[in-house]
Order: sequence, then structure tokens, then C-alpha cells
Amino acid sequence: MKKLLVGALLGSAAIAYGNAWADDTIKVGFIASLSGNQAVVGRELLDGFNLAVKELGGKLGNMKAEILVRDDQGKPDAGAQAAERLVQRDRASIVTGVNLSNVLLAVVPKVAEANRTFISLNAGPSVLAGSDCSSSFFSVAHQNDTVPEAMGMHLNKVGVKNLYIMAPNFAAGKDMVAGLKRTYKGGVAAEVYTQFGQLDYSAELAKLRSAKPDALYVFYPGGMGINFFKQLAQAGLKDEIPVYGVYATDQTVLPAIGEAALGVESTAYWSEQLDNDLNRRFVSSFEKEYNRIPSPYAAMAYDGARLIDAALKANGNKYGSAKDFARAMHTPTFRSIRGDFKFNTNNFPIQSHYLLKVEKDAQGRLVNVVTAKINDAYADAYVGECKLSAPKS
Amino acid sequence: MSISLLLEQTLNGLQFGVMLFLIAAGFTLVFGIMNLVNLAHGSFYMLGAYLFATVLQHVTSFWLSVAIAVFATGFAGALLEKVALKPLYKRPYLDQVLATLGLILFFNELTRVIWGSQPLNVTLSGTLNSSVSVGLGISYPVIRLVILAMGVLVALGLYLGITRTRTGMLIRAGASNRVFIGALGVNVNKVFSWAFSVGAALAGLAGALASPILAVEAGMGESILIFALIVVVIGGIGSFRGAFAAALLVGLIDTFGRLLLPPLFGDIAVYILMAVVLFWRPQGLFPAHG
Repeated sequence: MKKLLVGALLGSAAIAYGNAWADDTIKVGFIASLSGNQAVVGRELLDGFNLAVKELGGKLGNMKAEILVRDDQGKPDAGAQAAERLVQRDRASIVTGVNLSNVLLAVVPKVAEANRTFISLNAGPSVLAGSDCSSSFFSVAHQNDTVPEAMGMHLNKVGVKNLYIMAPNFAAGKDMVAGLKRTYKGGVAAEVYTQFGQLDYSAELAKLRSAKPDALYVFYPGGMGINFFKQLAQAGLKDEIPVYGVYATDQTVLPAIGEAALGVESTAYWSEQLDNDLNRRFVSSFEKEYNRIPSPYAAMAYDGARLIDAALKANGNKYGSAKDFARAMHTPTFRSIRGDFKFNTNNFPIQSHYLLKVEKDAQGRLVNVVTAKINDAYADAYVGECKLSAPKS
Repeated sequence: MSISLLLEQTLNGLQFGVMLFLIAAGFTLVFGIMNLVNLAHGSFYMLGAYLFATVLQHVTSFWLSVAIAVFATGFAGALLEKVALKPLYKRPYLDQVLATLGLILFFNELTRVIWGSQPLNVTLSGTLNSSVSVGLGISYPVIRLVILAMGVLVALGLYLGITRTRTGMLIRAGASNRVFIGALGVNVNKVFSWAFSVGAALAGLAGALASPILAVEAGMGESILIFALIVVVIGGIGSFRGAFAAALLVGLIDTFGRLLLPPLFGDIAVYILMAVVLFWRPQGLFPAHG
């Protein structure tokens, strides 16, 4: 009898402890390309995310944060498998990360089917902002088209009449040109699509030289951008033609491009030089932690982790259901390092865009200096196709 | 097309060609003569670029950095041959492909562990970072001329080394009949180890010379290895002469294809060339043996 009583007591204590433990922990799945040729971006995301969680004392929404890190290797099938395991076996409430649009499109349905929430830290393909928008999906960073749209606005303002366009021949390359053309009103000298992962651009640069355009618009992310800008400068073309880029001169590639990037202008919604308290604090603590200047990827992951924290707190320090959490995500307690920020009805950001220029900072390092604001509270073009209505808070 | 554009593009094509030759030379040597498919050959190219970038930051002398990178890559090649590749010589091609594919992954992650995942910066100073006039009103980057000159010099040196020296003779003899040359008292394995190491050093040289033009990042070896494979197949497996001719051909066709042909065909001109050569001369343009 005594034994039975002790056993029952121990048992209920264990159950109580188990419950307490379950309530005090939030499981967040983190998927990104941590190996393969996209690993630079994936690791930036992870570093930014980890820094925010560390600053929040290892907690998200006053609960102990258990971050389950998974590698998608840059492949949609690996990402989908990781997402399925995270929501089914590991019972993660929130899944986040993902640097590639094609991986994202494979991952989101797995999370949405399980009625959990996916929070994208980088990719924002148009279909998820429009017809396939969902209360299970949020994009912290951007809809892919908005940054080239801002560039189009700026080129109109500068008065470019004869623009030369270059981008790699793959889905995002075409999107970056389509986004630009939605706002750009001037003429196009030529539209050149180069091979994805091309090494040598000498033939294209010779064509560019003979075309004598007003300005050059390029989208060359990662290693392609390093190759392109080095060769552009060596060919002496950088000083002849003004160069405007999108996603081409961030801190993942800027140190490697070196002086060849000086003077290149780009549009973005965040810069390591953006002047506000939160951002200055983020940049300096990131530099202290990792010994390099953060890229927009790290910045958005940092913002994403803080956003998750703010939404969980607004929801009463719990995740609840995907619906509850979505409502909490829209409550404006979160302060972004970008300054003004809020979610649109399609769960994509409404935010300002800036003109950046590559210059040297006081220590002689290359940075993206903010030279002008291009637009305020700018929303993406696809929100009209989304059937979600604004959640009532 | 104007004559100056023609000249500039010819220089570009030749420069790309000799760079491919530096990589393809070692690859064809190992593939044709030692009968080993070494897909990890591109990793030596990557290693050369990383070592060059690192050394350049400390010593600032371009030529000294190149020399150190080349010797270190050659040494790494010798080490790898001894430790990992020797057991593969007698295995079927599929085993070799599998094992060397694994080595690619190993080397890519190794560079991330040592140098981090951010691409490295290579900035040249002085004359090397400028352009010179090469006539017809064209100013051409000096570094590309240096690559061109180095490639031609190395090709000449290799040609003389293979045809005129005793070591070259042993390599050719070992390739023709490994057992027989062994029976004559020559240590074939030692000759091959040296040949492998030289091949690795040449790939390292290509990497070092390419790093001012191209991104120095993990995985940079694979993109160039595909071109090197095409060069080896077109030129004839195991043939130096073939590798040199095919490398220049591939360099020129790739450059002019992108300049003159419609975009879709420009991108695949090189692959069409390979398909045509495989169809008419499956043994390559300059087959090594007979």
C-alpha cells in the first residue's frame, strides 16, 4: 500500500514535471542550406537567428527555445523531408529559415498541412504572396519583386533612358527583371541572360562596351557577382557606365569583390549602415560575436527570431494554434531593425526601400551606405490576389 | 564585328583556353596514363586559389604567392595520392568515381572549416591590377595577359619535358606497358606519384592565376572541372597535344559562341562541339596511343 502510494505520488509528480517542462519549451525548426554552394547564405541566416536567441537569454516568448537545425543542402526534396520530420516527429510548432525560393515552395505545404506556422527569413516567391497565401505562412524579409521595383523607381528618377540589363538565366533572374520592368519607364538597350554559374563574362562585357548604354542593371547573387564585378572593373567598364544592382553587393560577397565594387548602387530595405538604435546595436553585437559585418540575410534572421519572440509574448507566452499565432504576428509590438515595418494582409512586409552605395567606412572596409529613401510603406504587387482578410486583433 | 572586338575576344578565348589547359593537363595525365578517374582534380584548383589568396595577404608579392601556392598544392597532391588514391588504381572506374566524388565533398567542407564559408578577397596591386594597350585602341587587363603567357610557357615546358627528358620517356613508357617497364627495373609507382603531384601543382597554378578574375569560394573546382572533362574528351584521353589544342578550341568556341550565337546556342556551343567530336572521332582529336 505504502509502495503503491509512493509510486502514485512519484508518477503524478513526473506527469506534473513533464507538463511543466512541455509548457516551458517552444520547439522551433530551422531549415537552411548549410552545405553545398548556397551554404554562405544559409550560415548567415543561422548566425543571425542564433544571435537574437542568445540575446533573448535562450528564450522565445518567455519559454525555453529549442532550435532544431536542419540542412536542406540547397535541394527542395531534402528541405521538404526535413520540414515533414520537424512537424510530425519532433512536434515543432514553428518552422523557419530557408534561403532558396524553390526549397521554400516544397517546404511550406508540409508545415501548412500539419497546421503549424512557417516563417520565411529570406525567400518570398510571388505565388505565396498572391493566390497561395496562407495564415500558416509569413515572410519576414521581402516579396522577391519589391527590391527591383524600387530600383525601377530610382532609375526613372535619375532619368535613365537606355538601360542595359544583365541577369543569370534562371527563375529568380527573370523575376528580378520582371520586377524592374513593372516600374521602370525608360528604354531597354538590351536584355542579356547569362548561364547560371557562368565564370567568364568577357564576351558579354565586350557586347556591353559596344552598346554604350546610359546605365547597367545587374542581378548577380553570390559567386557569380564576384566574378562579374571583378571582370567589369578589370575591363575598365565600371568607370564608364553607372552600375545599379540588386542582391549583388551585400556583405556575403562585398569583401571578396573588393574595390571593384566601389560606387555600385543598389536598392534594399535594410543596410548595415541603416541609422537607428536597434540596427546599430545589432550590427555591433554581430561584429563582436562573429568578427564580420552582417549581411541582410543575417539581419532578417535576427529580426525573424525577435518577431517570433514578440508574437509568442503577444499570444500569452504560448503558440496555441496556427490561427492564434497568425493573429499575434499581426499585433504591432515588434520593432524591426529596419525601422517602420508591418505585415500586409498576405503576411508579407510593408516597408520602406532605400538607395545604397558601396563606399568605405572609417576603418576602410567596404559597406553599403544609405544615400536616399526611395519609397515609404511599400507593399508588394500580389497582395490583391490573396484571399486572406486582415485578422481582427 | 569590328576588328578590335575580334582581337579582344580572341585574346579572351585564348586566355580561357590556356587556363583550361593547365587544369586539363593534370587530369588527362592521370586519367590516360595512370588509368585513374580523379574527379577531385578540381579540388587542387580550389586549393591553389585559397592558398594563393591566403599567402598574398601576408607576403604581398604576386609571384612569391603563386610559387608557394603551386608547391603547396603539388605537395598536397603527393600526399593525397599516397594516402587515398593509390589503392584505387586497380579498382574499376565506378569505384574511382565514387571515391573521388567523396573527396570533392571532403575538400569543399575542409575549406569551409579552415577559411569559413565567405568567399576570399584577392586584390592585386600595381601593374597587375591595370590594363595595357594591345593595339587597335584596346586596353586589356594585364592579369589576363599574364595568365595567357604562363599557360603558353607551361605548355611548352610540358611538351619538352615529356618528349625530351628521361622522366618524360618513363612516363610515356609506363603508360604504354606498365608491367614491362617495371620488369626493366624502373620504379613505375614512383614515376606516377611524381606525375600526379605535377598535375596537382598545375591545377593549383590555374587556381592561383584565376583567383584575381574569379570568385575564390568552396565548390569553385566543380564548375571548371566540367570544362576540363570536355577538353580531355575532345582532345583524346591521355594526350597532352590533344589537351592543348582542345583547350584553346573550347576557350575560343565558348567565348565566340556567347558573342555571336543566339543565347541558347551560345551557352551550349561547347557541348555541341563535344557531341560532334564524339560522333566522328570517339577517340578524340589527338589520341594518345596510336
